[in-house]
Amino acid sequence: MLLITPLGDMALQVQVGETIDEPTHRRVQAVWRALTAAPIPGVTEIVPAYTTVTVFYDPRLAVQAGAPPSNLFDWLAVKVGERMKNPPKAEKLKRRTVEVPVCYEGDFGPDLALVAKQARITPEEVVKRHGKADYLVHLVGFAPGFPYLGGLPGELETPRHAKPRMAVPPGSVGIGGKQTGIYPLATPGGWNLIGRTPLKLFRPAEDPPVLLRAGDRVKFRAITRDEFAKLEAEQ
Amino acid sequence: MISVLKPGLLTTVQDLGRPGFQQYGIVVGGALDALAARTANLIVGNSDAAAVLEMAQTGPDLRFAQDTLVAWCGADFEARLGPELLPRDRAVRVAAGETISFGFARSGLRAWLAVAGGIDVPLVMGSRSTYRRAGIGGHEGRPLVAGDRVKLLPPGDWAKQIVASLQSAKRRATAWTVRPETMGKPAAAGTVRAVRGPEWDWFTGEAQHVFFATDWQATREADRMGVRLEGPALELVKPREMISSPVNAGVVQVPAAGQPIVLLPSRQSVGGYPRLAAVAAVDVRRFTQLCPGDKVRFQEISLATAHELYLVRERDLNRVRTGLAPLTA
Repeated sequence: MLLITPLGDMALQVQVGETIDEPTHRRVQAVWRALTAAPIPGVTEIVPAYTTVTVFYDPRLAVQAGAPPSNLFDWLAVKVGERMKNPPKAEKLKRRTVEVPVCYEGDFGPDLALVAKQARITPEEVVKRHGKADYLVHLVGFAPGFPYLGGLPGELETPRHAKPRMAVPPGSVGIGGKQTGIYPLATPGGWNLIGRTPLKLFRPAEDPPVLLRAGDRVKFRAITRDEFAKLEAEQ
Repeated sequence: MISVLKPGLLTTVQDLGRPGFQQYGIVVGGALDALAARTANLIVGNSDAAAVLEMAQTGPDLRFAQDTLVAWCGADFEARLGPELLPRDRAVRVAAGETISFGFARSGLRAWLAVAGGIDVPLVMGSRSTYRRAGIGGHEGRPLVAGDRVKLLPPGDWAKQIVASLQSAKRRATAWTVRPETMGKPAAAGTVRAVRGPEWDWFTGEAQHVFFATDWQATREADRMGVRLEGPALELVKPREMISSPVNAGVVQVPAAGQPIVLLPSRQSVGGYPRLAAVAAVDVRRFTQLCPGDKVRFQEISLATAHELYLVRERDLNRVRTGLAPLTA
Protein backbone atom coordinates (compact mmCIF):
# COMPACT_ATOMS: atom_id res chain seq x y z
CA MET A 1 0.00 0.00 0.00
CA LEU A 2 1.44 3.31 -1.03
CA LEU A 3 1.08 6.24 1.27
CA ILE A 4 0.13 9.48 -0.47
CA THR A 5 0.58 12.61 1.64
CA PRO A 6 0.39 16.33 0.91
CA LEU A 7 3.66 18.23 0.59
CA GLY A 8 2.17 21.67 0.97
CA ASP A 9 -0.65 22.84 -1.30
CA MET A 10 1.13 22.36 -4.64
CA ALA A 11 2.72 18.92 -4.34
CA LEU A 12 2.00 15.47 -2.99
CA GLN A 13 4.36 12.73 -2.02
CA VAL A 14 4.04 9.03 -2.79
CA GLN A 15 5.94 7.04 -0.18
CA VAL A 16 7.22 3.95 -1.97
CA GLY A 17 9.55 2.46 0.65
CA GLU A 18 11.44 3.18 3.84
CA THR A 19 15.01 2.15 3.07
CA ILE A 20 17.72 3.06 0.57
CA ASP A 21 18.19 -0.14 -1.42
CA GLU A 22 17.82 -1.50 -4.93
CA PRO A 23 14.36 -3.08 -4.58
CA THR A 24 13.00 0.26 -3.31
CA HIS A 25 14.81 2.05 -6.10
CA ARG A 26 13.18 -0.23 -8.69
CA ARG A 27 9.74 0.42 -7.19
CA VAL A 28 10.39 4.18 -7.21
CA GLN A 29 11.33 3.95 -10.88
CA ALA A 30 8.21 1.89 -11.64
CA VAL A 31 5.94 4.42 -9.91
CA TRP A 32 7.70 7.28 -11.68
CA ARG A 33 7.22 5.57 -15.05
CA ALA A 34 3.56 4.81 -14.33
CA LEU A 35 2.88 8.46 -13.46
CA THR A 36 4.88 9.81 -16.36
CA ALA A 37 3.32 7.46 -18.93
CA ALA A 38 -0.25 8.62 -18.23
CA PRO A 39 -0.13 12.32 -17.34
CA ILE A 40 -2.57 13.58 -14.71
CA PRO A 41 -4.22 16.91 -15.58
CA GLY A 42 -2.76 19.74 -13.51
CA VAL A 43 0.46 17.88 -12.75
CA THR A 44 3.49 19.97 -13.63
CA GLU A 45 6.46 17.84 -12.60
CA ILE A 46 7.22 14.39 -11.18
CA VAL A 47 10.41 13.90 -9.18
CA PRO A 48 11.76 10.51 -8.09
CA ALA A 49 14.02 10.27 -5.03
CA TYR A 50 15.37 7.46 -2.78
CA THR A 51 12.08 6.24 -1.35
CA THR A 52 9.52 8.70 -2.67
CA VAL A 53 8.04 10.06 -5.85
CA THR A 54 6.84 13.66 -5.56
CA VAL A 55 4.11 15.00 -7.81
CA PHE A 56 3.99 18.80 -8.27
CA TYR A 57 0.72 20.32 -9.43
CA ASP A 58 -0.98 23.63 -10.11
CA PRO A 59 -4.39 23.75 -8.36
CA ARG A 60 -5.74 26.09 -11.04
CA LEU A 61 -4.89 23.69 -13.86
CA ALA A 62 -6.33 20.75 -11.92
CA VAL A 63 -9.61 22.63 -11.41
CA GLN A 64 -9.70 23.55 -15.10
CA ALA A 65 -9.39 19.83 -15.81
CA GLY A 66 -12.40 19.06 -13.64
CA ALA A 67 -11.04 18.63 -10.12
CA PRO A 68 -13.45 19.78 -7.38
CA PRO A 69 -11.96 22.98 -5.89
CA SER A 70 -12.90 21.90 -2.36
CA ASN A 71 -11.37 18.46 -2.62
CA LEU A 72 -8.43 18.75 -4.93
CA PHE A 73 -6.08 16.53 -2.98
CA ASP A 74 -8.36 13.48 -2.95
CA TRP A 75 -9.09 13.92 -6.64
CA LEU A 76 -5.36 13.88 -7.41
CA ALA A 77 -4.62 11.06 -4.94
CA VAL A 78 -7.27 8.86 -6.58
CA LYS A 79 -5.77 9.53 -9.99
CA VAL A 80 -2.29 8.70 -8.69
CA GLY A 81 -3.67 5.50 -7.12
CA GLU A 82 -5.34 4.44 -10.39
CA ARG A 83 -2.07 4.72 -12.28
CA MET A 84 -0.38 2.64 -9.63
CA LYS A 85 -2.93 -0.14 -10.06
CA ASN A 86 -2.42 -0.28 -13.81
CA PRO A 87 1.26 0.29 -14.29
CA PRO A 88 2.48 0.30 -17.89
CA LYS A 89 3.97 -2.97 -19.14
CA ALA A 90 7.36 -3.21 -17.54
CA GLU A 91 9.22 -3.26 -20.81
CA LYS A 92 12.65 -4.77 -20.52
CA LEU A 93 14.45 -1.81 -19.08
CA LYS A 94 17.73 -1.18 -20.77
CA ARG A 95 19.78 0.15 -17.92
CA ARG A 96 22.52 2.41 -19.07
CA THR A 97 25.97 1.76 -17.73
CA VAL A 98 28.13 4.84 -17.81
CA GLU A 99 31.87 4.52 -17.50
CA VAL A 100 33.39 7.39 -15.58
CA PRO A 101 37.14 7.85 -15.97
CA VAL A 102 38.77 9.05 -12.74
CA CYS A 103 42.29 10.20 -12.00
CA TYR A 104 43.10 9.36 -8.40
CA GLU A 105 46.57 10.92 -8.46
CA GLY A 106 48.09 13.67 -6.34
CA ASP A 107 45.97 16.72 -5.60
CA PHE A 108 43.00 15.19 -7.46
CA GLY A 109 42.51 12.91 -4.44
CA PRO A 110 43.42 14.94 -1.36
CA ASP A 111 41.59 12.52 0.97
CA LEU A 112 42.69 9.26 -0.66
CA ALA A 113 45.30 8.62 2.05
CA LEU A 114 42.70 9.25 4.76
CA VAL A 115 40.23 6.79 3.24
CA ALA A 116 43.05 4.23 2.88
CA LYS A 117 44.13 4.74 6.49
CA GLN A 118 40.70 4.16 8.00
CA ALA A 119 40.17 1.12 5.72
CA ARG A 120 43.63 -0.14 6.72
CA ILE A 121 44.61 -0.73 3.13
CA THR A 122 46.96 1.04 0.72
CA PRO A 123 45.77 3.96 -1.43
CA GLU A 124 46.38 1.75 -4.49
CA GLU A 125 44.02 -0.83 -3.01
CA VAL A 126 41.36 1.87 -2.42
CA VAL A 127 41.56 2.84 -6.08
CA LYS A 128 41.30 -0.81 -7.11
CA ARG A 129 38.28 -1.53 -4.92
CA HIS A 130 36.54 1.76 -5.76
CA GLY A 131 36.93 0.93 -9.45
CA LYS A 132 35.82 -2.67 -9.13
CA ALA A 133 32.41 -2.03 -7.61
CA ASP A 134 29.12 -1.50 -9.47
CA TYR A 135 27.26 1.66 -8.57
CA LEU A 136 23.65 2.68 -8.96
CA VAL A 137 22.45 6.28 -9.30
CA HIS A 138 19.69 6.44 -6.69
CA LEU A 139 19.06 10.12 -6.94
CA VAL A 140 20.31 13.22 -8.71
CA GLY A 141 20.13 16.26 -6.47
CA PHE A 142 22.02 18.70 -4.23
CA ALA A 143 23.52 20.36 -7.30
CA PRO A 144 22.75 20.08 -11.05
CA GLY A 145 23.77 16.59 -12.09
CA PHE A 146 25.12 15.49 -8.69
CA PRO A 147 24.58 11.69 -8.53
CA TYR A 148 24.06 9.97 -5.19
CA LEU A 149 25.59 6.56 -5.86
CA GLY A 150 24.85 3.40 -3.91
CA GLY A 151 27.17 0.39 -3.99
CA LEU A 152 30.28 1.63 -2.21
CA PRO A 153 32.30 -1.32 -0.78
CA GLY A 154 31.73 -1.30 3.01
CA GLU A 155 35.40 -0.95 3.93
CA LEU A 156 35.64 2.33 1.99
CA GLU A 157 32.91 4.01 4.01
CA THR A 158 34.39 7.14 5.54
CA PRO A 159 32.55 9.75 7.61
CA ARG A 160 32.24 13.15 6.00
CA HIS A 161 34.48 15.98 7.20
CA ALA A 162 33.20 17.84 10.25
CA LYS A 163 34.11 21.05 8.47
CA PRO A 164 33.14 21.09 4.78
CA ARG A 165 35.52 22.53 2.20
CA MET A 166 34.43 25.94 0.95
CA ALA A 167 34.89 24.97 -2.67
CA VAL A 168 35.24 21.47 -4.06
CA PRO A 169 36.67 21.45 -7.60
CA PRO A 170 34.20 20.30 -10.30
CA GLY A 171 34.53 16.62 -11.20
CA SER A 172 35.71 15.63 -7.72
CA VAL A 173 34.74 12.10 -6.72
CA GLY A 174 33.87 11.96 -3.04
CA ILE A 175 32.92 9.51 -0.31
CA GLY A 176 30.44 10.65 2.33
CA GLY A 177 29.62 7.86 4.77
CA LYS A 178 28.10 5.01 2.75
CA GLN A 179 27.62 7.15 -0.30
CA THR A 180 29.83 8.14 -3.13
CA GLY A 181 29.17 10.87 -5.63
CA ILE A 182 30.68 13.34 -8.07
CA TYR A 183 30.59 17.14 -7.67
CA PRO A 184 29.46 18.72 -10.97
CA LEU A 185 30.21 22.32 -9.96
CA ALA A 186 32.51 24.15 -7.61
CA THR A 187 30.36 23.96 -4.49
CA PRO A 188 31.04 23.67 -0.78
CA GLY A 189 31.24 20.00 0.21
CA GLY A 190 32.10 17.78 3.15
CA TRP A 191 32.83 14.50 1.41
CA ASN A 192 36.26 12.84 1.23
CA LEU A 193 37.74 13.55 -2.18
CA ILE A 194 39.60 10.60 -3.69
CA GLY A 195 39.86 11.51 -7.35
CA ARG A 196 38.58 13.65 -10.19
CA THR A 197 36.86 12.98 -13.51
CA PRO A 198 37.37 15.15 -16.58
CA LEU A 199 33.76 14.46 -17.67
CA LYS A 200 31.24 17.30 -17.38
CA LEU A 201 28.29 16.16 -15.29
CA PHE A 202 26.17 19.25 -15.91
CA ARG A 203 25.54 20.07 -19.59
CA PRO A 204 23.07 22.94 -19.76
CA ALA A 205 22.95 22.93 -23.56
CA GLU A 206 22.05 19.22 -23.83
CA ASP A 207 18.86 17.24 -23.30
CA PRO A 208 18.89 15.88 -20.68
CA PRO A 209 21.24 18.47 -19.22
CA VAL A 210 23.12 15.96 -17.08
CA LEU A 211 25.50 13.04 -17.67
CA LEU A 212 23.97 10.73 -15.07
CA ARG A 213 20.31 10.04 -14.35
CA ALA A 214 18.53 8.14 -11.60
CA GLY A 215 18.62 4.43 -12.53
CA ASP A 216 21.95 4.56 -14.37
CA ARG A 217 24.75 2.15 -13.47
CA VAL A 218 28.19 3.63 -13.03
CA LYS A 219 31.65 2.08 -13.33
CA PHE A 220 34.77 4.01 -12.44
CA ARG A 221 37.93 3.54 -14.50
CA ALA A 222 41.29 4.74 -13.22
CA ILE A 223 43.15 7.03 -15.60
CA THR A 224 46.50 8.83 -15.52
CA ARG A 225 47.01 12.57 -15.40
CA ASP A 226 47.88 12.53 -19.10
CA GLU A 227 44.64 10.77 -19.97
CA PHE A 228 42.77 13.23 -17.75
CA ALA A 229 44.26 16.17 -19.63
CA LYS A 230 43.48 14.55 -22.98
CA LEU A 231 39.85 13.75 -22.10
CA GLU A 232 39.35 17.20 -20.62
CA ALA A 233 40.62 18.82 -23.81
CA GLU A 234 38.34 16.63 -25.94
CA GLN A 235 35.15 17.89 -24.30
CA MET B 1 18.59 48.65 -24.00
CA ILE B 2 19.25 49.36 -20.33
CA SER B 3 22.68 50.36 -19.03
CA VAL B 4 23.52 49.40 -15.48
CA LEU B 5 25.12 52.43 -13.79
CA LYS B 6 25.06 50.92 -10.30
CA PRO B 7 24.10 47.28 -9.82
CA GLY B 8 22.63 47.44 -6.30
CA LEU B 9 23.28 44.73 -3.75
CA LEU B 10 21.93 41.76 -5.68
CA THR B 11 20.07 42.48 -8.90
CA THR B 12 19.26 39.52 -11.12
CA VAL B 13 17.16 38.71 -14.17
CA GLN B 14 14.30 36.41 -13.15
CA ASP B 15 11.15 34.98 -14.68
CA LEU B 16 8.84 32.27 -13.35
CA GLY B 17 11.69 29.81 -12.94
CA ARG B 18 12.93 26.64 -14.51
CA PRO B 19 10.52 23.84 -13.56
CA GLY B 20 10.75 20.40 -15.12
CA PHE B 21 14.38 19.61 -14.29
CA GLN B 22 14.27 18.88 -10.57
CA GLN B 23 14.94 15.20 -11.24
CA TYR B 24 18.36 16.33 -12.52
CA GLY B 25 19.08 18.40 -9.41
CA ILE B 26 18.28 21.69 -11.12
CA VAL B 27 16.49 24.20 -8.90
CA VAL B 28 13.26 25.84 -10.01
CA GLY B 29 14.24 29.33 -8.80
CA GLY B 30 12.71 32.33 -10.57
CA ALA B 31 11.36 35.56 -9.06
CA LEU B 32 11.12 34.93 -5.32
CA ASP B 33 7.74 36.66 -5.24
CA ALA B 34 6.18 35.39 -8.42
CA LEU B 35 2.98 37.34 -7.75
CA ALA B 36 4.86 40.66 -7.57
CA ALA B 37 6.75 39.84 -10.77
CA ARG B 38 3.55 38.77 -12.55
CA THR B 39 1.74 41.90 -11.42
CA ALA B 40 4.55 44.19 -12.58
CA ASN B 41 4.50 42.40 -15.92
CA LEU B 42 0.74 42.72 -16.18
CA ILE B 43 0.93 46.48 -15.57
CA VAL B 44 3.23 46.98 -18.57
CA GLY B 45 1.28 44.58 -20.77
CA ASN B 46 3.74 41.68 -20.64
CA SER B 47 2.92 38.01 -20.26
CA ASP B 48 3.34 36.56 -16.76
CA ALA B 49 6.49 34.78 -17.82
CA ALA B 50 8.38 37.84 -19.13
CA ALA B 51 11.75 38.33 -17.45
CA VAL B 52 12.01 41.10 -14.84
CA LEU B 53 14.78 42.48 -12.62
CA GLU B 54 14.75 41.38 -9.00
CA MET B 55 16.55 43.61 -6.50
CA ALA B 56 17.30 43.27 -2.81
CA GLN B 57 17.90 45.88 -0.10
CA THR B 58 19.76 48.33 -2.36
CA GLY B 59 18.37 48.66 -5.84
CA PRO B 60 20.17 49.47 -9.10
CA ASP B 61 20.63 52.72 -11.05
CA LEU B 62 19.56 52.07 -14.63
CA ARG B 63 19.75 54.27 -17.73
CA PHE B 64 17.28 53.63 -20.53
CA ALA B 65 18.34 54.00 -24.15
CA GLN B 66 14.78 54.06 -25.45
CA ASP B 67 11.29 55.32 -24.58
CA THR B 68 9.44 52.63 -22.70
CA LEU B 69 6.99 51.74 -19.98
CA VAL B 70 8.07 50.34 -16.60
CA ALA B 71 6.37 49.13 -13.44
CA TRP B 72 7.71 47.90 -10.16
CA CYS B 73 6.15 46.03 -7.23
CA GLY B 74 7.43 44.82 -3.88
CA ALA B 75 9.16 46.47 -0.92
CA ASP B 76 9.10 50.21 -0.24
CA PHE B 77 12.18 51.40 -2.17
CA GLU B 78 12.87 55.13 -2.45
CA ALA B 79 12.81 54.84 -6.23
CA ARG B 80 13.34 57.90 -8.42
CA LEU B 81 13.09 58.71 -12.08
CA GLY B 82 15.61 61.51 -12.42
CA PRO B 83 14.69 63.85 -9.55
CA GLU B 84 11.04 62.77 -9.40
CA LEU B 85 9.61 59.93 -7.35
CA LEU B 86 9.01 56.74 -9.30
CA PRO B 87 5.68 55.50 -7.98
CA ARG B 88 5.14 51.83 -7.24
CA ASP B 89 2.42 49.55 -8.64
CA ARG B 90 1.61 51.64 -11.72
CA ALA B 91 2.80 52.06 -15.30
CA VAL B 92 5.39 54.81 -15.67
CA ARG B 93 6.68 56.27 -18.92
CA VAL B 94 10.46 56.51 -19.20
CA ALA B 95 12.10 58.50 -22.00
CA ALA B 96 15.32 57.62 -23.79
CA GLY B 97 18.33 58.83 -21.81
CA GLU B 98 16.55 58.92 -18.47
CA THR B 99 17.79 57.18 -15.34
CA ILE B 100 15.91 55.24 -12.69
CA SER B 101 17.57 54.84 -9.29
CA PHE B 102 16.03 52.60 -6.67
CA GLY B 103 17.98 53.55 -3.57
CA PHE B 104 17.28 51.59 -0.39
CA ALA B 105 14.36 49.51 0.76
CA ARG B 106 12.84 51.58 3.58
CA SER B 107 10.80 48.60 4.69
CA GLY B 108 10.79 45.08 3.33
CA LEU B 109 13.65 43.73 1.30
CA ARG B 110 12.98 42.99 -2.36
CA ALA B 111 11.28 44.48 -5.40
CA TRP B 112 10.66 43.49 -9.02
CA LEU B 113 10.94 45.82 -12.02
CA ALA B 114 9.16 44.97 -15.25
CA VAL B 115 9.91 46.74 -18.51
CA ALA B 116 7.51 46.61 -21.48
CA GLY B 117 8.49 43.65 -23.66
CA GLY B 118 10.55 42.01 -20.95
CA ILE B 119 14.28 41.58 -20.42
CA ASP B 120 15.90 39.91 -23.42
CA VAL B 121 18.36 37.26 -22.33
CA PRO B 122 18.65 33.78 -23.86
CA LEU B 123 16.32 31.04 -22.68
CA VAL B 124 18.32 28.34 -20.90
CA MET B 125 16.34 25.17 -20.26
CA GLY B 126 13.15 27.08 -20.97
CA SER B 127 13.81 29.97 -18.59
CA ARG B 128 15.53 33.34 -18.41
CA SER B 129 16.04 33.11 -14.63
CA THR B 130 19.53 33.61 -13.26
CA TYR B 131 20.78 30.39 -11.67
CA ARG B 132 23.78 31.77 -9.91
CA ARG B 133 25.20 28.57 -8.48
CA ALA B 134 25.24 26.88 -11.87
CA GLY B 135 26.33 30.07 -13.64
CA ILE B 136 23.53 29.85 -16.21
CA GLY B 137 20.48 31.87 -17.23
CA GLY B 138 19.83 35.56 -16.70
CA HIS B 139 22.55 37.97 -17.75
CA GLU B 140 25.62 35.77 -18.27
CA GLY B 141 24.56 33.52 -15.39
CA ARG B 142 25.30 36.12 -12.72
CA PRO B 143 23.95 39.18 -10.90
CA LEU B 144 24.24 42.48 -12.77
CA VAL B 145 27.38 44.58 -12.38
CA ALA B 146 28.08 48.21 -13.30
CA GLY B 147 28.61 48.58 -17.03
CA ASP B 148 26.31 45.73 -18.04
CA ARG B 149 23.96 46.40 -20.92
CA VAL B 150 20.70 44.53 -20.86
CA LYS B 151 18.58 44.19 -23.99
CA LEU B 152 14.80 44.41 -24.13
CA LEU B 153 12.28 42.49 -26.18
CA PRO B 154 9.84 44.58 -28.27
CA PRO B 155 6.94 46.00 -26.23
CA GLY B 156 3.37 44.91 -26.92
CA ASP B 157 0.78 47.14 -28.62
CA TRP B 158 -0.97 47.83 -25.35
CA ALA B 159 2.21 49.22 -23.76
CA LYS B 160 2.73 51.45 -26.80
CA GLN B 161 -0.81 52.80 -26.46
CA ILE B 162 -0.26 53.56 -22.77
CA VAL B 163 3.02 55.34 -23.55
CA ALA B 164 1.29 57.39 -26.27
CA SER B 165 -1.64 58.33 -24.06
CA LEU B 166 0.70 59.31 -21.19
CA GLN B 167 2.70 61.44 -23.60
CA SER B 168 -0.35 63.23 -24.98
CA ALA B 169 -1.63 63.81 -21.41
CA LYS B 170 1.86 65.04 -20.45
CA ARG B 171 1.88 62.62 -17.58
CA ARG B 172 4.48 60.26 -16.20
CA ALA B 173 2.38 57.61 -14.57
CA THR B 174 -1.03 56.07 -14.93
CA ALA B 175 -3.70 57.10 -12.44
CA TRP B 176 -4.63 53.48 -11.87
CA THR B 177 -2.58 51.11 -9.75
CA VAL B 178 -2.48 47.34 -9.35
CA ARG B 179 -1.22 46.11 -6.01
CA PRO B 180 -0.18 42.46 -5.59
CA GLU B 181 -0.77 42.84 -1.84
CA THR B 182 -4.52 43.17 -2.35
CA MET B 183 -5.06 40.09 -4.52
CA GLY B 184 -6.90 37.14 -3.01
CA LYS B 185 -7.45 37.07 0.72
CA PRO B 186 -4.26 38.39 2.32
CA ALA B 187 -3.24 37.08 5.73
CA ALA B 188 -3.24 39.44 8.71
CA ALA B 189 -0.04 41.45 9.19
CA GLY B 190 2.71 39.36 10.77
CA THR B 191 0.84 36.14 10.07
CA VAL B 192 1.31 33.44 7.46
CA ARG B 193 -0.95 30.50 6.87
CA ALA B 194 0.46 26.98 6.76
CA VAL B 195 -0.59 23.35 6.50
CA ARG B 196 0.95 20.36 8.24
CA GLY B 197 3.98 18.81 6.57
CA PRO B 198 4.74 15.15 5.78
CA GLU B 199 6.75 14.66 8.99
CA TRP B 200 4.32 16.53 11.29
CA ASP B 201 3.85 13.36 13.38
CA TRP B 202 7.58 13.07 14.03
CA PHE B 203 7.43 16.11 16.30
CA THR B 204 6.33 16.21 19.93
CA GLY B 205 2.89 17.56 20.81
CA GLU B 206 4.68 20.42 22.49
CA ALA B 207 6.61 21.24 19.30
CA GLN B 208 3.42 21.08 17.23
CA HIS B 209 1.72 23.47 19.62
CA VAL B 210 4.68 25.83 19.95
CA PHE B 211 5.13 26.06 16.20
CA PHE B 212 1.74 27.71 15.74
CA ALA B 213 1.90 29.70 18.99
CA THR B 214 5.24 31.47 18.62
CA ASP B 215 6.25 34.79 17.15
CA TRP B 216 9.25 33.51 15.20
CA GLN B 217 12.06 35.90 14.51
CA ALA B 218 13.77 36.10 11.12
CA THR B 219 17.56 35.73 11.33
CA ARG B 220 20.43 36.95 9.18
CA GLU B 221 20.70 33.47 7.70
CA ALA B 222 18.47 34.19 4.76
CA ASP B 223 19.01 34.10 1.03
CA ARG B 224 17.17 33.07 -2.14
CA MET B 225 17.12 29.46 -0.89
CA GLY B 226 15.43 30.05 2.43
CA VAL B 227 15.05 31.95 5.69
CA ARG B 228 16.12 30.55 9.04
CA LEU B 229 13.86 31.48 11.95
CA GLU B 230 14.70 31.71 15.63
CA GLY B 231 12.54 30.71 18.57
CA PRO B 232 11.95 27.80 20.93
CA ALA B 233 13.60 24.52 19.84
CA LEU B 234 11.22 22.16 18.04
CA GLU B 235 11.89 18.60 19.12
CA LEU B 236 11.25 15.22 17.57
CA VAL B 237 9.50 12.48 19.56
CA LYS B 238 12.64 10.41 19.02
CA PRO B 239 15.76 10.87 16.91
CA ARG B 240 15.01 9.70 13.38
CA GLU B 241 16.99 9.73 10.20
CA MET B 242 15.27 11.46 7.36
CA ILE B 243 15.96 10.08 3.89
CA SER B 244 16.43 12.96 1.46
CA SER B 245 13.24 13.70 -0.44
CA PRO B 246 11.94 16.51 -2.65
CA VAL B 247 10.87 19.80 -1.11
CA ASN B 248 9.03 22.86 -2.38
CA ALA B 249 9.01 26.59 -1.73
CA GLY B 250 7.21 27.19 1.56
CA VAL B 251 8.25 23.90 3.13
CA VAL B 252 9.27 24.37 6.75
CA GLN B 253 12.12 22.01 7.50
CA VAL B 254 13.62 21.58 10.93
CA PRO B 255 17.30 20.60 11.29
CA ALA B 256 18.52 18.88 14.46
CA ALA B 257 19.01 22.16 16.33
CA GLY B 258 15.23 22.64 16.22
CA GLN B 259 15.16 26.02 14.49
CA PRO B 260 12.91 26.02 11.42
CA ILE B 261 13.95 27.02 7.92
CA VAL B 262 11.31 28.22 5.45
CA LEU B 263 12.35 27.33 1.92
CA LEU B 264 12.10 29.82 -0.95
CA PRO B 265 11.99 29.15 -4.71
CA SER B 266 15.79 28.76 -5.12
CA ARG B 267 15.76 25.86 -2.63
CA GLN B 268 17.60 22.68 -3.57
CA SER B 269 15.57 19.98 -5.28
CA VAL B 270 15.75 17.62 -2.27
CA GLY B 271 16.09 18.19 1.45
CA GLY B 272 17.22 15.94 4.28
CA TYR B 273 15.43 17.49 7.28
CA PRO B 274 11.99 16.65 8.69
CA ARG B 275 9.28 18.79 7.13
CA LEU B 276 7.06 19.98 9.94
CA ALA B 277 4.80 22.23 7.90
CA ALA B 278 4.39 24.00 4.59
CA VAL B 279 3.45 27.65 4.16
CA ALA B 280 0.42 28.21 1.92
CA ALA B 281 1.62 28.99 -1.61
CA VAL B 282 -0.06 32.41 -1.49
CA ASP B 283 1.85 33.40 1.66
CA VAL B 284 5.37 32.24 0.74
CA ARG B 285 5.97 35.72 -0.67
CA ARG B 286 5.87 37.16 2.86
CA PHE B 287 9.21 35.50 3.58
CA THR B 288 10.88 37.29 0.68
CA GLN B 289 10.38 40.60 2.49
CA LEU B 290 11.49 39.64 6.03
CA CYS B 291 14.45 41.51 7.47
CA PRO B 292 16.50 40.12 10.36
CA GLY B 293 14.52 40.61 13.57
CA ASP B 294 11.11 40.73 11.87
CA LYS B 295 8.50 38.56 13.57
CA VAL B 296 6.19 36.06 11.95
CA ARG B 297 3.52 33.75 13.34
CA PHE B 298 2.13 30.67 11.62
CA GLN B 299 -1.60 30.04 11.51
CA GLU B 300 -2.78 26.52 10.76
CA ILE B 301 -5.23 26.08 7.92
CA SER B 302 -6.57 23.01 6.14
CA LEU B 303 -5.26 21.92 2.77
CA ALA B 304 -8.67 22.67 1.23
CA THR B 305 -8.47 26.23 2.57
CA ALA B 306 -4.96 26.63 1.17
CA HIS B 307 -6.22 25.54 -2.24
CA GLU B 308 -9.15 27.93 -2.01
CA LEU B 309 -6.79 30.82 -1.17
CA TYR B 310 -4.70 29.98 -4.20
CA LEU B 311 -7.67 29.71 -6.54
CA VAL B 312 -9.17 32.99 -5.30
CA ARG B 313 -5.88 34.79 -5.78
CA GLU B 314 -5.47 33.44 -9.29
CA ARG B 315 -9.04 34.45 -10.08
CA ASP B 316 -8.36 37.99 -8.82
CA LEU B 317 -5.19 38.26 -10.87
CA ASN B 318 -7.10 37.13 -13.93
CA ARG B 319 -9.87 39.65 -13.30
CA VAL B 320 -7.32 42.45 -13.07
CA ARG B 321 -5.79 41.30 -16.33
CA THR B 322 -9.15 41.33 -18.07
CA GLY B 323 -10.12 44.63 -16.47
CA LEU B 324 -6.90 46.32 -17.48
CA ALA B 325 -7.09 45.50 -21.17
CA PRO B 326 -9.48 48.29 -22.26
CA LEU B 327 -7.90 50.89 -19.95
CA THR B 328 -5.79 53.78 -21.02
CA ALA B 329 -3.71 56.03 -18.84
